[in-house]
Amino acid sequence: MSKLRLATVWLDGCSGCHMSFLDMDERLLELAEYVDVVYSPIVDAKVYPESVDIALVEGAVASVDDEKKIKKIRAHTKMLVAMGDCAITGNVPSMRNPIGPEAILDRAYIQNASAQQQIPCVVVPKLLKIVRPIHEFVKVDVFLPGCPPSADTFHTALTALINGGPLDIPALTRFGA
Amino acid sequence: MSGESDVKTLVIDEQEVSARSGQTILEVARENEIDIPTLCHLDGLSDVGACRLCLVEIKGSNKLLPACVTTVQEGMEISTGTERLRAHRRTILEMLFAERNHICSVCVSNGHCELQTLAQEQGLTHVRLPYRNPELRVDASHERFTIDHNRCILCTRCVRVCAEVEGAHIWDVMGRGIDSIIISDLNQPWGESACTRCGKCVQVCPTGALFDKSKIGSDHPKYPDFLPYLNLMREAK
Repeated sequence: MSKLRLATVWLDGCSGCHMSFLDMDERLLELAEYVDVVYSPIVDAKVYPESVDIALVEGAVASVDDEKKIKKIRAHTKMLVAMGDCAITGNVPSMRNPIGPEAILDRAYIQNASAQQQIPCVVVPKLLKIVRPIHEFVKVDVFLPGCPPSADTFHTALTALINGGPLDIPALTRFGA
Repeated sequence: MSGESDVKTLVIDEQEVSARSGQTILEVARENEIDIPTLCHLDGLSDVGACRLCLVEIKGSNKLLPACVTTVQEGMEISTGTERLRAHRRTILEMLFAERNHICSVCVSNGHCELQTLAQEQGLTHVRLPYRNPELRVDASHERFTIDHNRCILCTRCVRVCAEVEGAHIWDVMGRGIDSIIISDLNQPWGESACTRCGKCVQVCPTGALFDKSKIGSDHPKYPDFLPYLNLMREAK
């Protein structure tokens, strides 16, 4: 059997889900017998590949760039996994929603800045008005809640997804876990 | 003298049970270790049937009825866990999550929250409805406690415990429908209200909406079990 092509993606999140993924430690070697990591913040590929079997997506959709990325990921991925609470609920990034991006940027870059008061507008992508979970933009196949999902949760879930075995996610994890 | 007609026999989930006249379906189910999920119900307080999580199916009725406020009748045939009921319960929980700003990961009740636990028990892994993201107040004017309306699910346990048990009735509900909000006194800051500082409302709150200021992180388990005992002691006097 040829190896499955696995991608991990980091949208608007704290990277904690990726840290927890890496916390699988030596079990990563076991997984590496079944999957190739073809795209991830921790590998060199800069462009999302044409064809991916499983994509783990951390983070909410908070900018025009995130929105473009998640649509591209969906188009080139067989199984899209929403990894962690930010991807699933918006979580901490969505706490700005009742306030709006203008007020947040003003507080961070004007009111609280002692020098060079200016709101970044080049290179960085424009923020969306509302931070939203990824399933509000594209179809999500598997939801793996947690902040972050534990290494054990990752291991159990990924093993089941790779083998096509049964997977009872609410028995493993919950919002805020 | 109580006659035989005071005893009702009925069927819950294909199990034959007997009950005293006037008991609710919820009481009888729990006496027989049949689990019906609840959120606004709390042993020791009056029931209001607000959250609708305890809806059950009764044979011969095309309406779903809340088990906490429906009294048993002779010969009732009740189902508590059909696929239709489970689907409704999940939708109710999703609406609660979407209605306000519940961020479990940074909540003082994370790991001790009845809403969070119910979501997990009912198999909720995401919310299909768009989040409303309302702008809501946090009132920290009280010297000991805080109310964060972002986490309130309007179960009114705080209103009932303050009125029925403490006898102060500083909490109430203002507005209607989705604009409803818990207020202290006549919508005055909690710290300036006639609050007796007893803390019962904090202990009965199922989420992190009411919390003790001395608690940090998610180290805030709540202990509402005192209520039935307190009521018992008062009745015994």
